[in-house]
Amino acid sequence: MAEQEKERNKYSLIVPTYNERLNIALLVYLIFKHLPDVDFEVIVVDDGSPDGTQEVVKELQGVYGEDRILLRARPRKLGLGTAYCHGLKHATGNFVVIMDADLSHHPKYLPSFIRKQLQTGADIVTGTRYVKGGGVHGWNLMRKLTSRGANVLAQTLLWPGVSDLTGSFRLYKKSVLEDIISSVVSKGYVFQMEMIVRATRKGYHIEEVPITFVDRVFGISKLGGSEIVEYLKGLLYLLVTT
Amino acid sequence: MTVEGYFEICVDQQENYHQIRFWHYFSHHQSMKHIVKILTLLMAISALWIGLLQTSILPHGHAWLLPIYFIVSLGCYGLLMVGVGLMTFPTCPREGVLLQQDIDEAKEHLKQKGIDINSN
Repeated sequence: MAEQEKERNKYSLIVPTYNERLNIALLVYLIFKHLPDVDFEVIVVDDGSPDGTQEVVKELQGVYGEDRILLRARPRKLGLGTAYCHGLKHATGNFVVIMDADLSHHPKYLPSFIRKQLQTGADIVTGTRYVKGGGVHGWNLMRKLTSRGANVLAQTLLWPGVSDLTGSFRLYKKSVLEDIISSVVSKGYVFQMEMIVRATRKGYHIEEVPITFVDRVFGISKLGGSEIVEYLKGLLYLLVTT
Repeated sequence: MTVEGYFEICVDQQENYHQIRFWHYFSHHQSMKHIVKILTLLMAISALWIGLLQTSILPHGHAWLLPIYFIVSLGCYGLLMVGVGLMTFPTCPREGVLLQQDIDEAKEHLKQKGIDINSN
């Protein structure tokens, strides 16, 4: 039964890129390595990278096929949220996976997302770093502290029903993603949080799988003072709108 | 206990009852924003507190301080959760090494396929 379902399902992997020339090639190789007998397509939404990301994607198309790797570029940087919308428009699968191109989301976890979805029939499977089997590598104490603080605050105020709000490695039923994304307005970190909180409020069935997160841009703190203010504003926004 | 006092408890219980009904009714509806849920919860707690103040089950001095206790315990809870979270923060140093191996393997493979990725 599950096998038959697996045969029918198609997974569209949406990967937004900006200057990910090397990473996108590595990512595509690893995706093909870890999903040998799954019907999928990789949709690269490139926001006009000046480093030649699109040329590399075209070379990859030559190797893996234009039907497996779709390049849906946009002229300039237009934001993450709209990148997903753009990729979604071109997705032909009945499931959509959203992942980052920088290899902080390792394709080796894709089979566990798919398996979890098949086992539970979930609308959304979200990767979580904060359970047994998951974890983070490459964060200093300050980064861990802000992450924990932000998480406790969000859990206490929003009751989101998932353990990892800002992680963005997720698998969605395509119709569910289309439904949620139309009502999401936030940007950056808050975008991912808003997606999952809105999904919880709408009563969608959400499951979690452990993932590990390797931060390769070590030393560059992604959560500075202004990001914390943005986060708090986002939290407040979600409190009054969801 | 005076008759008046008893009457106040009844009113209070009724109020609580209505709030609980209100809570149940709305928590299953999309229309109720989360902030309203939290405010409702806070109102229910306040009603309980006012009830306690009126009935003098607790000594008056203590009852007046309850909100302070509440806020302090909330703060302690937050700090404790952050502390525990930090101590048990799941890390995966091996994953860094594994990823590097995967990257080397991928680079080797891509080189064979003739994809130019050296100039990054």
